[in-house]
Amino acid sequence: MARRARQPGFRRNRNPVTWLLRHAQMSLASLGRLSRSPVSTLMTAAVIGIALALPSGLHLLVDNVRQLSSSWDGSASISLFLADAVSDEQAATVREQVARRPDVAEAQLISRSAALDEFRRLSGFGQAIELLDHNPLPAVVLVRPAPTVQDADAVGRMAAELQNYREIELAQVDLQWVERLGAITGAIERAVLILAVLLAGAVLLIVGNTVRLEIQNRHSEIEIVKLVGGTDAFIRRPFLYEGLWYGLLGAAIALTLVLTALYLLDGPVERLAGLYQSTFSLDVLDPISLFGMLIGGPALGLAGAWLAVGRHLAQVQPE
Amino acid sequence: MIRFDNVAKRYATGHEGLSGVDLHLETGEMAFLTGHSGAGKSTLLKLIGLLERATRGQVWVNERNLNKLRARDVPYHRREVGMIFQDHRLLHDRTVFDNIALPLVVAGMGHAEVTRRVRAALDKVGLLKKDKVFPISLSGGEQQRVGIARALVSKPPVLLADEPTGNLDPELSREIMDLFVQFNQVGVTLLVATHDVELISRLGKRIIKLRDGRVAADSGADG
Ligand SMILES: Nc1ncnc2c1ncn2[C@@H]1O[C@H](COP(=O)(O)OP(=O)(O)O)[C@@H](O)[C@H]1O
Ligand SMILES: [Mg+2]
Repeated sequence: MARRARQPGFRRNRNPVTWLLRHAQMSLASLGRLSRSPVSTLMTAAVIGIALALPSGLHLLVDNVRQLSSSWDGSASISLFLADAVSDEQAATVREQVARRPDVAEAQLISRSAALDEFRRLSGFGQAIELLDHNPLPAVVLVRPAPTVQDADAVGRMAAELQNYREIELAQVDLQWVERLGAITGAIERAVLILAVLLAGAVLLIVGNTVRLEIQNRHSEIEIVKLVGGTDAFIRRPFLYEGLWYGLLGAAIALTLVLTALYLLDGPVERLAGLYQSTFSLDVLDPISLFGMLIGGPALGLAGAWLAVGRHLAQVQPE
Repeated sequence: MIRFDNVAKRYATGHEGLSGVDLHLETGEMAFLTGHSGAGKSTLLKLIGLLERATRGQVWVNERNLNKLRARDVPYHRREVGMIFQDHRLLHDRTVFDNIALPLVVAGMGHAEVTRRVRAALDKVGLLKKDKVFPISLSGGEQQRVGIARALVSKPPVLLADEPTGNLDPELSREIMDLFVQFNQVGVTLLVATHDVELISRLGKRIIKLRDGRVAADSGADG
């Protein structure tokens, strides 16, 4: 049965130059099609833009707050607990020495008796303290680092240096405020990530649905293209480019929204920072937000179109 | 060029559109497919264009067993089979030129070559001056000729036509049939389904008559 042997193959166009040329033509044709219904195109793109701008903008905000928390002077303080043997006069000298350091903005001495008074007042254990024959509390020097000490690491290094003083038994960094803020921004950042994933899903659905409608509208055209020998890849292509364009337009809109928001917030934030004697000002776009929009947008558009095309194109068959 | 070996087509409804059909068309042959409505003419043509697949037996077109053709090869097969329909199946939002160019664009042909070929096809069907109009502004006969030009523009070795003159008056129908005879004279293999026996009897071509999905008579049958 010679006829059962291998079938003669089909000639396929594999010239990369013409292939690229067809792609370029097809992408422009898709853009042209979108531009012929500008209102609905812009509305879809705007929804995508908002969905992209929201997590990017929030990420930017959290990023800025984080920088704020590490640059805000007064956020950290160091408690220097003096050794038991240090007298009140010596303690005052230590305070002066510490206060003279260039990296210290302010140093305040709480003497042993003052500490005891405070303890009585605040703890409610005053009676118990009376029973002791001597004051168990150490003298403390409260140190507020100079504004030049910018972040938690630097404060930590400073504390380690202070610890070397002979009279100082323990230098404890009080980072509670910074730590709390860090924990809050961490939680918000997680929330932004979840939001970003949800909104990415929304973009997929939006583009997918738009492309699905487009496939329905062009049902007979697809049928005829299949009749005259259009490959699935050929038929898929304009829809994929459509998704890509939607994503790009959405990204451009998102970028505009975020930059506008930054511009509008810049004045108030600077005034606010001024009140706290901070030189803080809003950052320009960070790379994650920027790439999230500019790469994420088109990628999501393409993926959404791909999903729709994969589900719906096979159902269109010529009769 | 076209061969059916004991072919049956059972539709999803359970109805057999074709049963036990044996048929052989030589390269360059022209034949008419006749029979009452529902006899299976369209079904037979669809099997050749792979709009449907045979449920039994084997269909061969251009040395290839269509049963063994993978889905991704189907578009390439269709490029070798030009198809013409009673309802023309034109794109109404595209010009005559763009409609006819479609098979070439789909095959990735360059612009200059497309223009040359489309003009040649328009010339063959006598519509050279109508290239920029939309199909809707053409008469039924002209629309059918656009459909014919689209089917032949890529020079496929096989042309199929399903009731191409179904909506046309006798005069126009004769013109269309004469056009097919011309194509056949340059070597194209043609299979034309029609129930208009009067129209085709004068042409002296092979006539295959279907009844209830079987070949009832074949004027050119030689085994
Ligand atoms: N898609 C389909 N599903 C079910 N039955 C069909 C389908 N297409 C055709 N048929 C049946 O198959 C038979 C042959 O139809 P068809 O090939 O269209 O005949 P013709 O073209 O000669 O009028 C008819 O009885 C018709 O009802
Ligand atoms: Mg029919």
